[in-house]
Amino acid sequence: MSEWDRPTPGPLPEPSSVSHVADEALAMGERLPDGGIPEFADDETLHEKPENQWLEMWRSLIANRAALVSLIFVAFLVFIALFGPYLTPYNPIETNMANALKAPSAAHWFGTDQLGMDIFSRVIAGTRVSLTVGLLAVSIALTIGIILGSIAGYAGGWVDTIIMRVMDMMLAIPPILLAITLMAALGKGIDKAVIAIGLVSIPEYARIVRGNILSIKENDYIAAARVVGNTDIRIIFRHVLPNALSVIIVRATLGISSAILDTAALGFLGMGVQPPQAEWGDMLGRARGFIFQAPHTLLYPGMAITATVLAFNLLGDGLRDALDPKSRIK
Amino acid sequence: MTTDMTATGSSAAGPAAAKTLLEVNNLSTDFVMKKGTVHAVVDMSFTVREREVLAIVGESGSGKSVASLSVMRLLQPPGRVVSGEVLYNGRDLLRLSGTEMRDVRGNHISMIFQEPMTSLNPVFTIEDQLTESIRTHMKLDRKAATERAIDMLRLVGIPSAEKRIHDYPHQMSGGMRQRVMTAMALSCDPQLLIADEPTTALDVTIQAQILALLSELRDQIGMAVLLITHDLGVVAETADRVVVMYGGQVVEEATATELFERPLHPYTLGLLRSIPGMDEDSDYSQPLYMIRGMVPNPLNMPKGCPFAPRCDRRGPRCDREMPELYEAHGRRLRCFLFDPSGRGVAS
Repeated sequence: MSEWDRPTPGPLPEPSSVSHVADEALAMGERLPDGGIPEFADDETLHEKPENQWLEMWRSLIANRAALVSLIFVAFLVFIALFGPYLTPYNPIETNMANALKAPSAAHWFGTDQLGMDIFSRVIAGTRVSLTVGLLAVSIALTIGIILGSIAGYAGGWVDTIIMRVMDMMLAIPPILLAITLMAALGKGIDKAVIAIGLVSIPEYARIVRGNILSIKENDYIAAARVVGNTDIRIIFRHVLPNALSVIIVRATLGISSAILDTAALGFLGMGVQPPQAEWGDMLGRARGFIFQAPHTLLYPGMAITATVLAFNLLGDGLRDALDPKSRIK
Repeated sequence: MTTDMTATGSSAAGPAAAKTLLEVNNLSTDFVMKKGTVHAVVDMSFTVREREVLAIVGESGSGKSVASLSVMRLLQPPGRVVSGEVLYNGRDLLRLSGTEMRDVRGNHISMIFQEPMTSLNPVFTIEDQLTESIRTHMKLDRKAATERAIDMLRLVGIPSAEKRIHDYPHQMSGGMRQRVMTAMALSCDPQLLIADEPTTALDVTIQAQILALLSELRDQIGMAVLLITHDLGVVAETADRVVVMYGGQVVEEATATELFERPLHPYTLGLLRSIPGMDEDSDYSQPLYMIRGMVPNPLNMPKGCPFAPRCDRRGPRCDREMPELYEAHGRRLRCFLFDPSGRGVAS
């Protein structure tokens, strides 16, 4: 083993390929004759005008017939909700016992209910309630859901565990039961219904936002955002969330339909709006005793609920397809 | 930048006179996991002087990226710096508050990443992304920030910058995105740029352009570059000094010229011999040299020198003891062959 005993290492044998490594690599970095850095060819024909992604999405959405019809119907509903008071032929809360449970006629297009109120006017008046409750409840759920989901997804660790376990607990109870329980605690009224429906739909938004944030935050551009000295809050809202926006929009659109359905369910149980204010679910609930005598009292509010929920669902599906480049209709 | 700077040239001989910008002392970073603790960086020390390009070279898993993330304090759990100090202009970055550190990032030390394809946010235009850090750190209004952003794009060689600034990342090629990344990293005049494998994901021709760009910008802006790479061609072309890492440790540190002319550590020697020669006198009848064995399992590092199991010149001492980083031949070497006591690898 005497070769291991060399006191000082002499020059090591030079392997054949070592000496030219440097020259070879230096030749790689080509420079222009003037010593400058080569630029990319600026070929205008190759450079397409940036296509606005929202415009592209819109085109794809209206190419989907079901989504287009739904969109028109939703626009129609919004119009009715805004201008309802000017469109009703009768006062929707005016009773006329002498004229109760009349079948649809030229005077009363949708007939009259058990108190003689004009159903057509009440369906119109109920549109505003349903849309408002749907939008407000989704806004509440979305705001809190985004905040909780972002914190859980971005922070991770025990913060994530605590937030998401609470969400799981809420998801373990059927939402309508949870909403009824909340209503029992809060009291009756449409404002309380908004809060109850909003609160019970937080978990689904929190879960979707968290899931998206978990995958988005792994991207190098998030690390790059950290490198230029952004705060965590700014990274979440400016860099991470915009990437999850399309998923959130789709979920919120579908969420409006379920919020409208939940409002109707609470109304049916007599916990939503208080009489004589008109609301579709409440109308169904109060007329249900007359289903054989005067089916039109249930038919029209029922149709209004079905059509509205269907429209928001189809619109949500259309948006999902439009926002997913893989299933985009060209 | 301070006025007492004495550096005249930027290449080979120049940096010796320059002032130390970044001094990393005895940095150790661990990843504590269920299976055990990985010592990703062990007792690492190096310095980057002003206007110098220091390359950290090593295989995958040698700890080079973890070292750079430790310097930037961007390690994600379970990674944690367990000891050491990172002195930047004399201030220990590891002791700064979150707010102070955010001011250092981007403003003083900036970083570019390996993957240009994923390093830009797909939902924002180049303008949005470039102006953000300019506005945060330089306190410019929107118009001035956009002007500076366009200037930066011109600097990194993007043609019709005033048009391309409105593009989304998907409208650019990989090389252009890497240039945009570089522009973003340089937009606030950092004194130190950490480039973590900036050319790995690019074609060789684009690689050469980006490297030429980095050297060019180093000369123009006068920043120092900490280049993390496994590509010895890249090192030979750009670096002033080289730190070779193996198993989380520095095994050799020398000037680039010296290292390539006369590699001393058996690992460095092995690395250089594994590169195919392209000269007329290269002997293609012989199989290409290869360092035998595999990188050791980070959860189960050898007791002695981490490179011993793969080393052609190991002796009994290598399996038992961990060599120190010796000063020899005007460089730093972690190998018993260079033990000044003369004990060598035997006994």
